[in-house]
Amino acid sequence: MAYGKKVLDHYENPRNVGVLDKDAANVGTGMVGAPACGDVMRLQIQVNDDGVIEEAKFKTYGCGSAIASSSLLTEWVKGKTLDEASQIKNTEIVDELELPPVKIHCSVLAEDAIKAAITDLKSKAS
Amino acid sequence: MLTPTYMDYSSTTPVDPRVAKKMAKYLTMEGDFGNAASRSHYYGWQAEKAVDEARSQVADLVGADTREIVWTSGATESNNLAIKGIANFYHKRGKHIITLKTEHKAVLDTCRQLEREGFEVTYLDPMANGLLDIEEFKSTIREDTILASFMHVNNEIGVIQDLQSIGEICRENKVFFHVDAAQSVGKIEIDLASLPVDLMSFSAHKIYGPKGMGALYVSRKPRVRLEAQMHGGGHERGMRSGTLATHQIVGMGEAFAIAKAEMKEESERTLKLRQRLYDGFSDMEEVVVNGDLDQRIAGNLNISFNYVEGESLMMAISGVAVSSGSACTSASLEPSYVLRALGLSDELAHSSIRFSVGRYTTEKDVDDAIALVREKVEKLRDLSPLWDMYKDGIDLNSVQWAAH
Repeated sequence: MAYGKKVLDHYENPRNVGVLDKDAANVGTGMVGAPACGDVMRLQIQVNDDGVIEEAKFKTYGCGSAIASSSLLTEWVKGKTLDEASQIKNTEIVDELELPPVKIHCSVLAEDAIKAAITDLKSKAS
Repeated sequence: MLTPTYMDYSSTTPVDPRVAKKMAKYLTMEGDFGNAASRSHYYGWQAEKAVDEARSQVADLVGADTREIVWTSGATESNNLAIKGIANFYHKRGKHIITLKTEHKAVLDTCRQLEREGFEVTYLDPMANGLLDIEEFKSTIREDTILASFMHVNNEIGVIQDLQSIGEICRENKVFFHVDAAQSVGKIEIDLASLPVDLMSFSAHKIYGPKGMGALYVSRKPRVRLEAQMHGGGHERGMRSGTLATHQIVGMGEAFAIAKAEMKEESERTLKLRQRLYDGFSDMEEVVVNGDLDQRIAGNLNISFNYVEGESLMMAISGVAVSSGSACTSASLEPSYVLRALGLSDELAHSSIRFSVGRYTTEKDVDDAIALVREKVEKLRDLSPLWDMYKDGIDLNSVQWAAH
């Protein structure tokens, strides 16, 4: 199966690869997926005092589309509030990366990852 | 466009130019295009002669009699004909069949179909090295067992089963023994004159012959009978009807003749290349060879780069054409059933790459592949949260995964 240009671009030059301090009060970490399924995503966000996401990092074990989906998501969430970031739908990722049907689960995983990161962050605040 | 280096010889092989040249003589008006079943004229006789010669070439490579070779469209058809043919002919004797979980789908799905028709099939687990546990096989045989089907060489991991020992047990228990030899013929010695095997499937395209061509060996001593699956003009002694594809048959014959002449030298050369490839990876961290390394065909190296997903690695090394046991493209997300049957963890199965080298692979191809794979594995591990966890000493089995 041939990959789309946008997937290849994110795959070859992934944005925002890295790790944030998961114990910091303003960092939320979402890890979703399972090795058994062939993909694991770890997405981390860091918010400023105004509740805006100022930094996002990821690491992904998975196919090219999974890597591209998480890379794209880190670009998108930066500068967004948590509410805005939680509105991102997997279908937007599918459209942007032109993912074929067999790869839709990669975008679902990315959506799950940002939601999990936000939940983690909110649980720290409360 | 620069085409990728081909390292997927277990999937298929290019037709050897010597084979292609010969095949071309059996297609056009100027060539021998006749129907081998036309007994009344020159064109038919010429085709029949070519078919007879090819049949000898195939029989010669495996130590069979020419009357024991039935032409088919490939190993899938051969497997179907052998298994269904035996089951349908001998069902009154018993309805139990034994096979291995790591067989090719052409065997497994044929067995599934027979289950739907009222047969009972035992699918044995291989040992961790991919080989059949012969004692376990022995204890699985029942009064009503009519057939055992085990592949000679596994297509994914390249391990070689001990046909002599398995066959002896089959003979003692009056169980027919079918062997899928698509991956072994022409690569390792097969002597059906001495091997206790009743049926053996062959393919042409795995050893530099054309696709869409195969054969089934059907033993005459002891005599094995089959119920035909393809009905028609009664070709191939009634076992497989259909006008013989002369050019394809000639191609298979020539490919088998070349294999016979060059097998020893080729196998040594291929083994050196495989060893070179393996040596290029063996000092890396968390690298595992899947399947027994000694009881293995020369050209195959199935290897897992732990914590790197196979499909993304294939994408990263797009300059080399290989296969992966990962199945991220399939809806099920299930990794290779062969690797799972060996007891491999899911992540190791997802991280596997099958390299298979062959007739046209060079040392430079191997060296380039090693350099590329090493670079990309490192890059992908830097991207992998699992690699981080491994480095932090976290046991992945202790983690509660949010499976999806």
